[in-house]
Amino acid sequence: MPTHRTIADLADALAKKELSSVELTQAVIDRTAAVEPRVRAFTSWDSADALAQARASDERRAAGHARGPLDGIPIGIKDNIAVTGQPLTASSKILASYRSPYDATVITRLRNAGAVIWGRLNLDEFAMGSSTENSAFGTTANPHDLTRVPGGSSGGSAAAVAAGEAIGTLGSDTGGSIRQPAAFCGVTGLKPTYGLVSRYGLAAFASSLDQIGPLTRTVEDTAILLQAIAGHDPLDSTSCQIAVPDYRAALHSRPPRSAPRHLGIPREYFGEGLDPEVGAAVGQAVAHYKKLGYEIREISLPHTEHCLSVYFIVATAECSSNLARLDGIRYGHRSPAATDAVDIYTKTRAEGFGPEVKRRIILGTYVLSSGYYDAYYLRAQKVRTLIRQDFQKAFEQVDAIITPANPGTAFKKGEYAKNLMALYLSDIYTIGANLAGLPGISLPCGYSKDNLPIGLQLLGQPFKETDLLQIAHDYEAAHDWAKRFPNL
Amino acid sequence: MPADLDIDHIARLARIDLTPEEKAAFSAQLGDVLAHIEKLKQVDVTCVEPTAHGFPIYNVWQADEPGPTLTPEQALGNAPAQRDNMIAVPKVVE
Repeated sequence: MPTHRTIADLADALAKKELSSVELTQAVIDRTAAVEPRVRAFTSWDSADALAQARASDERRAAGHARGPLDGIPIGIKDNIAVTGQPLTASSKILASYRSPYDATVITRLRNAGAVIWGRLNLDEFAMGSSTENSAFGTTANPHDLTRVPGGSSGGSAAAVAAGEAIGTLGSDTGGSIRQPAAFCGVTGLKPTYGLVSRYGLAAFASSLDQIGPLTRTVEDTAILLQAIAGHDPLDSTSCQIAVPDYRAALHSRPPRSAPRHLGIPREYFGEGLDPEVGAAVGQAVAHYKKLGYEIREISLPHTEHCLSVYFIVATAECSSNLARLDGIRYGHRSPAATDAVDIYTKTRAEGFGPEVKRRIILGTYVLSSGYYDAYYLRAQKVRTLIRQDFQKAFEQVDAIITPANPGTAFKKGEYAKNLMALYLSDIYTIGANLAGLPGISLPCGYSKDNLPIGLQLLGQPFKETDLLQIAHDYEAAHDWAKRFPNL
Repeated sequence: MPADLDIDHIARLARIDLTPEEKAAFSAQLGDVLAHIEKLKQVDVTCVEPTAHGFPIYNVWQADEPGPTLTPEQALGNAPAQRDNMIAVPKVVE
């Protein structure tokens, strides 16, 4: 089935004319039609638009102007990234009728690479959540077990790749929202270094943490997608001016190293709350790296226990500010019951936002309110400095840090409905990378006895995605988890 | 719930009408979150500079030059109400 093949493999098939982009795109459309009633990874899709892009790709190729490995490959997009003429709902009722008048920079770059922009993928409303249960348009199911969540907030993006409804996808990661669902769904997800990928056109949740990144079947596919979207963008003032290396080439042609790489195991990530099956799978990955000649060092990230608190203050403060723009005046839903301007704000926001978004806006407003700023927000920013310094010190000793992506495997839908703190704590291993701006990748490293994927997380040094991808590839090349598909 | 979390006041600041049920639920849930956050007070942050971003960033200025923009139709395409190429809102002054 072409929908279960990798970008690299399909690029080869397209180049050899064994397959056309129209045939591939039609296969993705057919696959989506077949499994979507059970998976519900999408908020919407436009088959005619995708096929028109595929035809254009085939014509380009026939004329000898193919643009590279993404040309003609259908890529699904999280429904908080702007695509001209397509809905951008952020899985919220407040934007249910919104259609984007412009492309996000990552979309412009994918188009320039020839990718077929395919479908809008479900998420936790405004990317707030860890299960995709907070979508106003219904919960996505984990393709490996339809009674379980796909993770979140990029649950639709991860589920679509796992289910063969897209060959690759884009998600966004504010506290682990690419890596956590990738781990739950048995695919590879990369949160790039903050500033490597433009956020222009991303519906902002927490601007100092958000980063767009790829979800794919393999590390090589992640390198291909990252290549297309990385690089400075004058439209994003937090975008870094840095040369983008050839990530894919770096996987296959590496100069010999004079010294072994060092991997750090943070002791704070392997304690209470870690599922023994997850711990064992990550332990086996560590053993594999040892066998390859990596040197393993135990390290400490002493402020790890404070990551969640800092995240909740910083993320909610920024979200309360960012979502102030959704006021019923310029775009989106406007309450028909409102009579004056303030009434428009309060009623529109009451009708338009779901409970998780309201909860976070309320918390963010509280921590920024008069008399509390110093006690909460300023203190959190100072502890964020200490968290960042923990990582800086660790990277003086090691090239990358190896951890589980999540404390457990995908949980049942509704399992944490009455225990929010436990749900929030499930992001504990991924949040640090966002607070420190580091790149992090999650890739499958095993399956539980319940046949649920287990994710391995590797955290790297800023802008050293090449090293991170190489290290991830060293594990993946000797394992075949990426070839294991859910039985749908 | 912390004694000083005045949910009505915060909801007013956030410009969100909350139902009595939401107020009760959020107060309890946010009480749990704030209790967790309280642990930050144990951290010694003396002489620690705050971090606003993972990396230092500086103001970036765009050249003040005319360029392509959205057309009025595109800009108004998502407006909940419009009239004469403008977004329509209820009267805000007497």
